Amino acid sequence: MSNKPRFVIQGLKVAIDGKQILQGIDLELNGGEVHAVMGPNGTGKSTLASALMGHPRYEVTEGTVTLDGENVLEMEVDERARAGMFLAMQYPSEIPGVTTADFLRTAINARRGEGNEISLIKFVRMMEQKMAALEMDPQFMHRYLNEGFSGGEKKRNEILQMLMLEPRVVMLDEIDSGLDIDALKIVAAGVNSIRSEERTFLIITHYQRLLNYIKPDFVHVMMQGRIVKSGGPELAERLEAEGYDWIKEELGIEDVTVGREEEDDFKIPMNTLAPKF
Amino acid sequence: MTMQTVLPVDLSAVAALSSLTGEPEWMAALRRESLELAANLPLPKLEKTRIERWPLDDFGSYKESPRLKSAMDLPAEVRRFIGDAEKAGNLLVQRNSSVVYAALSDDVAAKGVVFTGLSEALAEHGELIRRHFMKAVARDENRLTALHAAMWSGGVFLYVPKNVKVEVPLQALFLSDDASASFCPHVLIVADENSEVTYVDNYFNYNASGKLVHNGVVEIFAKPGAHVQFASVHDLSAGVTDLTYRRAVLENGARIDWIIGEMNNGHSMSDTASILKGEGSVSDAKVICVGTGDQRMNITTRAVHIGRHTVSDMITRAVMRDNSTAIINGITKIEKGATYASGEQTERVLMLSPTARGDANPMLLIDEDEVKAGHAASVGQVNPEHVFYMMSRGITREAALRLIIYGFLAPVVSEIPIRILEEQLKLVVERKLGQ
Repeated sequence: MSNKPRFVIQGLKVAIDGKQILQGIDLELNGGEVHAVMGPNGTGKSTLASALMGHPRYEVTEGTVTLDGENVLEMEVDERARAGMFLAMQYPSEIPGVTTADFLRTAINARRGEGNEISLIKFVRMMEQKMAALEMDPQFMHRYLNEGFSGGEKKRNEILQMLMLEPRVVMLDEIDSGLDIDALKIVAAGVNSIRSEERTFLIITHYQRLLNYIKPDFVHVMMQGRIVKSGGPELAERLEAEGYDWIKEELGIEDVTVGREEEDDFKIPMNTLAPKF
Repeated sequence: MTMQTVLPVDLSAVAALSSLTGEPEWMAALRRESLELAANLPLPKLEKTRIERWPLDDFGSYKESPRLKSAMDLPAEVRRFIGDAEKAGNLLVQRNSSVVYAALSDDVAAKGVVFTGLSEALAEHGELIRRHFMKAVARDENRLTALHAAMWSGGVFLYVPKNVKVEVPLQALFLSDDASASFCPHVLIVADENSEVTYVDNYFNYNASGKLVHNGVVEIFAKPGAHVQFASVHDLSAGVTDLTYRRAVLENGARIDWIIGEMNNGHSMSDTASILKGEGSVSDAKVICVGTGDQRMNITTRAVHIGRHTVSDMITRAVMRDNSTAIINGITKIEKGATYASGEQTERVLMLSPTARGDANPMLLIDEDEVKAGHAASVGQVNPEHVFYMMSRGITREAALRLIIYGFLAPVVSEIPIRILEEQLKLVVERKLGQ
């Protein structure tokens, strides 16, 4: 019996603070597939990931999202996570007083349920193994969650959590930003190590570079809160070589962004007049 | 102008206390003079707190409790604070007005360490005590300090000789189970040159009911090079008004670490101060408090820099629930002449209820150049981003809030030097957080 996930997004429209960001997203992610979502900044890519995970600031105004036929939009954030969804965030929270180890063990046990908690020894062994694979200093286990971590360390911590929680629908929100090439390769290796029929990936990235290491099956381009073009890995290569202009021309798009005011001449806010006494 | 004040105790009660305990005349005289002072002194002036409105009348009267032969005679409720009650060395227990148990292990006693009730120490160590008693906290500071000087009983006297390092923590328990009995212990710690000692105590009610005032004073004298670690957890019931002054005077190169858990359920005022008198002295204070119900709290931490090259760091964290109020004050005072002083402080308040109130008042009073001083104060609610982050990993909202709130206090709880007390504090915190 296969545990192949089927994650279907239909006509998804999302707003924040009354401003419409996503204008109707259609996407189907099946087990074994890796989907990349690319696009210039401000096109709604992060909004998609956050809204799918249930971030309270984003309001779904229309559309459906199902996981194996179950209505995701009706689930609370923690229910979605226990159903197998995972979001590696672009800006992970720093939570003082909660160690990485305690946090992960609580998360794993939340999934396993009362009475079926993971044994401490098994947990520690698993942590050590995964941390070694990601070339992370084992000391991080006892540090407070993300506190004082560099950007790159935080991203690696997100991947560590992904490896420990074994999710079925994995969303990575710009996991490559802030990483040098070596860290990038390690993160990519971690992601690739869990590619399987029982897992599907939605990788949001601004740069094509990550996709050299995590080869996608499908590439989608977002502009103005919509998916405007879909293709295979060669689409990513063309974008790397030629940029986004050819798509904009093809589709007659002037401004790719959503929800931003017209950018007037930006005036640097400065007041160097002497203070009046 | 004399203020006609009705005091909670009278001269005859004070005289009775002196004769019942058989103390030396100088102490009896000190009590009488203090009582007279109390009649003419005002209550302390506290930031945004009308202490005169608090229940301040029920001081009870001196009642001696029977001494215990062994710690095993303590009720189970109380024994849970002690690791191995059978062995229970290095433990002192005060019940209501008097000390009922005091034991010091042989190897510590052999080093010349004295750890007994203050009252009984007057006979043997009178001179040493007289030189220090009410010298850090003066009896004429305000009506409360004067009343304490008149009313104190039981208490702790801890003396560590020169160059002695006490490896194990010394523990004291102050329990009140009779609201008609006075509960005003005085803790006096004298750490001689280059000594090192850790002292941990707990204040709590057992079978609690009735209104009572706890008027306590802690005085610590750290001689040159001495290092004192002082941890204290207050977990008194809602009927108790807790008034506590703690003050450490540090000589050259001395150091104090304060670790304080204010977990009472009634109105509480505490003032924890380090006087950095000697050059190079250091003070580090960590305070946590959790407010519940309708309690009012006024928590002050102070560092007064007098010597050169002195260092202070004060961290206070408070979690406010229900309708509780906490005024959290951090005062870093750098006097003229305290060059190269460095004083830092942080006050953080986490609000869990719209009707609770938490004020963080940082104060830097600086009278010298060539110093470093900084402060950070924040009052806020649980960050919804943090809750989202945790829930996105499958943790329920309740569990996430619990982790976040506990994590807010964790940096201090983890500093408690005795494992079993750290566990106890965790339980007290969890109870006050309603979990």
